[in-house]
Order: sequence, then structure tokens, then C-alpha cells
Amino acid sequence: MTPPPLEILDLTVIYRDRPVLWDVDLTIPEGQLCAIVGPNGAGKSTLIKAALGMVPKASGRVRFFGQPLEQVRRRIGYVPQRTSVDWDFPTHVLDVVMMGLYGRLGWFRRPGKKEREAAMEALEQVALSDLAYRQISELSGGQQQRVFLARALVQDADLYFMDEPFAGVDAVSEEAILRVLEGLRARGKTAVIVHHDLQTVREYFAHLTLLNVQVIASGPTESTFTPRNLERTYGKQPLPGLDGQAEPERVWNS
Amino acid sequence: MELLSQAVLDYTLRNVVLGSALLGLIGGVLGAFALLRQQSLFGDVLAHAALPGICLAFLLTGSKTPSVLLLGGGLAGWAAALWVLAVLRHTRLPQDAALGVALSGFFGLGVTLLTFIQHGNQGNPAGLDRFIFGQAAGLLGSDVVGFALLGGVTLALVGLFYKEFKLITFDPAYATSLGLPTRELGILLTSLIVLAVMVGLQTVGVVLMAAMLVAPAAAARQWTNRLGRMVWLSGLLGASAGVAGALLSASRENLPTGPLIVLSITAVVFFSLFFAPLRGLFWQGLRTRQNRRRTALERLLLDAHLLANHGRLTPQELALHRGESLPKAWRHLNHLRVQGWVEPGKEGFRLTELGLRKALALEEALRPRS
Repeated sequence: MTPPPLEILDLTVIYRDRPVLWDVDLTIPEGQLCAIVGPNGAGKSTLIKAALGMVPKASGRVRFFGQPLEQVRRRIGYVPQRTSVDWDFPTHVLDVVMMGLYGRLGWFRRPGKKEREAAMEALEQVALSDLAYRQISELSGGQQQRVFLARALVQDADLYFMDEPFAGVDAVSEEAILRVLEGLRARGKTAVIVHHDLQTVREYFAHLTLLNVQVIASGPTESTFTPRNLERTYGKQPLPGLDGQAEPERVWNS
Repeated sequence: MELLSQAVLDYTLRNVVLGSALLGLIGGVLGAFALLRQQSLFGDVLAHAALPGICLAFLLTGSKTPSVLLLGGGLAGWAAALWVLAVLRHTRLPQDAALGVALSGFFGLGVTLLTFIQHGNQGNPAGLDRFIFGQAAGLLGSDVVGFALLGGVTLALVGLFYKEFKLITFDPAYATSLGLPTRELGILLTSLIVLAVMVGLQTVGVVLMAAMLVAPAAAARQWTNRLGRMVWLSGLLGASAGVAGALLSASRENLPTGPLIVLSITAVVFFSLFFAPLRGLFWQGLRTRQNRRRTALERLLLDAHLLANHGRLTPQELALHRGESLPKAWRHLNHLRVQGWVEPGKEGFRLTELGLRKALALEEALRPRS
């Protein structure tokens, strides 16, 4: 049996005097779109950052495809929250996408024609080809998100981590992002996606992890997305609409 | 005799001009990264923190050789940088507070030591205070050679690590995810800024050094939207300001070089803020005004079109429709006539062919899309 793309054992992360993640065990199956869902402050982003070594672990072990991070970095792509950078940075779209190739290029080499072509291809996948030379400060939120997505796509990784790719994007971008995710899945790639919109979980993701400092439940969305599990995650029943009634949207889009 | 003094003056002036230009170049290139990393004030802290280092170096060695003193200054600047980074990592103090505390703390220590040296029996201490405001006129040929070496090292490293510096400046978390040693690269960049500060201490001094990092970069940012061009332009503007300040101060007696360099680059910043074509306030204001005027005119045309469709485009009807005075309606109709969009007709006015086409195009553009 091949080792899973992501396996986390006993992961604990402490921030100052407070555990942000407590004894997390998690196995992500290959070739699926996997959501990580939980309330604000549940440690969703921290889980990704700790797995990728950006946040120190108090304890725990993380394996990617059965190996430690350093040996498989090339196979891992990361899409940070788009609000984590200053979009007034002086550069254009294509240049940002080419940053995805900096790891592969190695020291002292500048991106050239080959890299530019690969970046253009990735931009095509997110339907932004005609904005390749657009200044990044002129992009809408959804377009920014797609640029980050293209930057990860150009890495041609096998496992993708995405931090809230659907947060604050318009319908056009949401659709474009979803199409890309479907394409990844069709090519047998795995994606771990921090998600905040309970309304779309069942529609978008085959695998679901409910997180609130600890892993509350993890498994196929069908059997995991239950009122009981949600209540244990959020401390109350967040989705009265789960049994078919309409749900007031404002509560869960915040 | 006169010839001799002229030659000495020229030698001095040459050193001052070259030294100031090199400082501007180095400060400008590194300042571009400092500005984008939102570390503008960081350079200010490094510079102020150098003063106690200079004093300690003098107290420990008794030497007044610039390289010894600057080494002390550089080490102290480095210590301040590490202190600020540690405070930011381990406490909840906001960045500006951490920088403010470090800056005044180190500078206070520096001034204390300086006073102690000047009033103590430490040999002949005169001259240490020149590092506060700088003394470009005192630059020697050997200083200039040293600056050139430091400048060469800086430019070479920025060239070699350009793509990595760009990435850790734009998106450090992503750089880490690619396996880049983000923290080490950040330390390298900060160390280069320390070097730049050491170059600046003799010329513009600890108080004004920050301007040599921030100002050229701030000006260059106004003119371009590409990092590569911004870095070079920033270096070029810094160097030009260095030359301009040096020449200005030489043009008359009793004009200080360092402050004049800083004033020169500040003038460039102001000019850029207002008149740079991409981001300049002047052009932005002009564009806004033009857009507003155009939109107003287009609204007017649409109103006229509506009235004309009902066969009564007269000043009276326009005034009624828009809720404005009759003279104003007349004026508005005249605006439209000047554009060639309306002309006098049998009763009142009518749209010209051009005006009609324009109105239809506007209506088409405004129609909500499904």
C-alpha cells in the first residue's frame, strides 16, 4: 500500500500560553479534495503552517507520501491567504506566477522563456491569460486568489495546501477556482483546503475534517457532515438548514 | 599658492562627490527592499544605534580610525536590529513601538557616552560628534575606496540573490513553503543595510541616515511598477542626490553637505509624489476631474436624448427635467452644442447624428447584463 499524501501524528502547537492545536491525528487520502472546516480560531491555518514547517511544533510528526518535508518539497504546493501579502508590490501577474518556479530554478538562476511559458499555461488554467502583464494592484480579490492559485499550479505538485481560497471572491472566480480543483482531482492530485462556508462543503469536497483545536471528526464528507459532528465542532447547531430548511446566510458567511 | 589651494580643494571636492554618490547608490538600492519590507524605520534604528557603538569602539581601542569606529557602529546597529526582531517575535509590542524604544534607547546611550568622552581624559576625543550629523568634507581618498568596495559587494549580492530577495519581500510565507531559507535571507538583507548605514555615518550622520534609505526608494516607487526598475532607479536617484548635495554645499561657504544631500533627495520625493505619471497626485487629480466632467456630460446627453425622444428638447423642459434653473439649462445645452452633440432645431434643439450615436452607445453600455 502506498503511503498517504499527508499523515499527521500527535501534532500539538502552542502559541504563547495557549494550545492552538492539540494532539491532532489526521490522514488525508490520495486523489481527493479535502476540506478542513471549523470555527474562527480553530487552528485551521495553523494546521497547514505547522505541517509545512512555518510554525514551530510543540510535538508531533508529519509525513508527506511517507517522507519528511525536506525530501518531498517539490511535490507540495501552497496557496496562502491572499490577504497575507501587500498587493501594491511593484510587479505584474505573470511575474508572481513565475515565483512558483523559484524553488525548482535553484540559486542564482533567473526565470527565462521556459518559465514564462509554464506560467502562461498556469494562467490559462485559471482563466487569467489576458491579465498576464496587469499590475497586481489592479486585480479584484477573486483575481488575486486565482493568481496565487496559478503560482501553485505552475509548481506541478502532487499535494496542494490552500488557505481559504474561496474567501471573499466573486462568483466568476469561485467557479474558475472550482474548475481548477476539479482538474487537479481528475489528474489524481490531492488538495487540502481550509474552507469556511458550510453551505458548499458537501457540494465541493469528498473528504472532510472538522477541526476545533482538536480533530472532531475526519472522513468522507457524506458520513462526517452530520448535525451531531457540527454541533461538537461549533458548540451549537450551526446549520438548522441541514434537514432541508432555508438557512439565514449572514450567520455563516461572516 | 592659489593654484595649490585650488588643487587641494578639488581633491576634497572629488572625494566628497564620489563618496556621497556611492552612499546614495547603496542606500537607494537597499532602501528599495527596506521600503517594500515595511522596514523603513528599521534603517533609522540601525543608524541611531551605531552611535554608542562608535563611542564604545573609541573607549576600548582609543583609535579614531574610521574603519575601527564604523566597525563598532555596525556591530551596535546589528545588536539593535536583533533586539528589535526578538522583541517583535516574543512580545505583543507593535513594530513602531519596538522601533521607537530601540531608537531612542540606543541613541540616548550614545549621547551619554559621547558626553562622557568629551569631558573625560580620553586623549583627544574631538571629532566623534561628527558622526551625529556627518562631515562629508572630511572624507579621504581611502574612505572613498572603502565605500566603493562596500558598494560593489552590495550590488553583487543584490544581483545574485535578486529573485530570492524579491520573493521574501513579497511573500515570505510562500518563500518558506518553497524551501528557501527565508530567515537567513532576511538577515543577509538586514546586514547589507547595516553596511549601507556604516557608509552613511561619515557622510550624513546617524540622524539623517534613514532618509538615504527611504527617500530614494519612495521616489522611485512613484515612477515604476516593476521591482527591477525601482531598485535601479532608487540607486540612481540616491546617487544623483548625493552629487547634487555635494556640489551645492561646495558652491558657497558654510553649507553642510549631509543635510543638503538629504534636502536634495527630499525635493525629488516631493516632485515624484506630485508629478510621477503613474501615481503622482497631480495626474491622479487631473484624471479624476476629467472623468467626473466626462460623466457629467454623458449624463446630460442621456437626459437630452430622453427629452428629444419625446419631441421637446428645449431649455425649459431640460430645466424642469433636471430640476435646475433656466440659465443653467441653457448653459448645459451649450456644453452639448460645443461637443457637437446637439443643434438648434425647429422647436428648441435636436440631437445631431453624432450625439444620437453617442447616446445610443452610452445606453447600450449602461444596460444591465444578464
